[in-house]
Amino acid sequence: MANQVQYIFDDKNLRVSEPSVFEGRDLKREEMIVNIGPQHPSTHGVLRLEVILDGEEIVEVAPHIGYLHRCFEKHAENLPYNQILPFTDRMDYLAAMNNEHAFAMGVERMLGIENDIPKRVEYIRVVVAELNRLASHFVALGSYGMDIGAVTAFFWTMRDREHILRLLEWVSGARMLYNYVWVGGLFYDLPVGFEERCLEFTQYLKPKLAELERVVIENKIFVDRTANVGVLDPGLAINYGITGPMLRGSGLKYDLRKVDGYSVYPEIDFDVPVGEGKMGTLGDCWDRTWVRVQECYESVKIIEQALAKLTGEHKRTRDFDPRAMVPKKIRPKAQDFYVRAENPKGELGFFFRADGRSDIPFRCKSRGPSFVNLSIINELAKGGLIADLIAVIGSIDIVLGEVDR
Amino acid sequence: MTFQEIVEHIKQSLAEEFVLSVNEQASPKCIEVPAEKLVELMAFLQSDDKLYFDSLSCITGLDNGPEAGTMEVIYNLYSIPFNLHLMVKVTLGREKPVIDSLCPLWKTADWHEREAYDMYGIHFNGHPDLRRILMPADWEGYPLRKDYEEQKYYHGVTVKY
Repeated sequence: MANQVQYIFDDKNLRVSEPSVFEGRDLKREEMIVNIGPQHPSTHGVLRLEVILDGEEIVEVAPHIGYLHRCFEKHAENLPYNQILPFTDRMDYLAAMNNEHAFAMGVERMLGIENDIPKRVEYIRVVVAELNRLASHFVALGSYGMDIGAVTAFFWTMRDREHILRLLEWVSGARMLYNYVWVGGLFYDLPVGFEERCLEFTQYLKPKLAELERVVIENKIFVDRTANVGVLDPGLAINYGITGPMLRGSGLKYDLRKVDGYSVYPEIDFDVPVGEGKMGTLGDCWDRTWVRVQECYESVKIIEQALAKLTGEHKRTRDFDPRAMVPKKIRPKAQDFYVRAENPKGELGFFFRADGRSDIPFRCKSRGPSFVNLSIINELAKGGLIADLIAVIGSIDIVLGEVDR
Repeated sequence: MTFQEIVEHIKQSLAEEFVLSVNEQASPKCIEVPAEKLVELMAFLQSDDKLYFDSLSCITGLDNGPEAGTMEVIYNLYSIPFNLHLMVKVTLGREKPVIDSLCPLWKTADWHEREAYDMYGIHFNGHPDLRRILMPADWEGYPLRKDYEEQKYYHGVTVKY
């Protein structure tokens, strides 16, 4: 009785993860099909890759996604705007604050209240979003090191990420899925003493970043594994809709924080690092990783400037209410609206259609950066070795929660 | 270049009938084009040296429901060198939604069109690999249609609980 199967079992269920794009009879001599994933640590989640190999050389890659599909868009069509917000946390769960910021910004613009949001609220949003960007880049760098054999990077970045998660937990009460940025405001003001503690953290972080860069990113083994691998030409990248650090790694200075200048980013001084091909070809895996490290420095710069504003010009007052502008009823007038913002992975877009009669969007489509960035994997991995495929996946920096939504 | 100038430029360079209507309430502002002219228009928008819409940000499928009887496909274009935005809308019949694929122009259309096919059953002519992308290959129906009803069982598992 103990070993009896508890549910109706169909033999077909055993075959659903078999190769389905490529067929054995189409293979040339010496070629073979290898299935990588969906349960494999180097695919960063539940990504399945169907690979045709010729010896160790990759002929073609077909990604299969959808294992983490949680029907974000269907949920969004059945919920009021403020209740969709927690669902956006769960898309890119490593950068939930950035998702919330983008979504809240879009709904605020639809309502036409984007200029009424207090400056202090906007600066707090920037601080938490940049902290979360750091945390997301730490996961990208750490797990990338792990993928290609550097264990140290993972421990170091996870240690520093934990500091960030503690800070954000102090702010919002949750470690990863915050629901902190609301449409029209914030859940709460920052806790007392946060500004000082956060400034202390940035002082702590700067030497650690330099250390990480010296020991891991410029390490000879790391460079040998990533330089000249998965070279991405900027023209092809634009044609594929690639954004974020991947596009900047190919040498194009394109950051929506600068281009669109949303929130209070125009008031803050920061650079947009781009790949330079220092260790090999422009646009290789090393360049993309290096851009992420440089962006960490920029995020620290942004946080410091925003904290200076939060303790100076827009400092805490007794009667400050972060929920003052939160609308009682969110009912935008009928319109089509596309909003975009710079996530750690690239351009996060939301398309809304409001019908003007209800609090529920008629259609809410999310354009996730990971989804679009992953689609180029075949071009990057083709002709390389299977070890390079792992290096390429890591350098794309996907979060399957956002690929599948 | 303002939105009016873009519309004028399209009408002068191609023909009047390429723009069915304009919607200035939308953000970014939106033009509606006839489905059979879409690829020609998009090829023009992509390669014209005054517009150069080199980036296709997003493709959205949309179902207006059985009463309206229409479906829409919405394309969000962005021009990186000129910092221009444009939304292009195509309306299709709900019975047989078919439209030409943009894959030859933008590779990013590949997965977006597969998603629209998966969720709405919109067919994209000339797409190299039109398969379901998020749902399993043997799923029944198109989940984001307004009149969608989920199947009772999927591989022996109750779908609705």
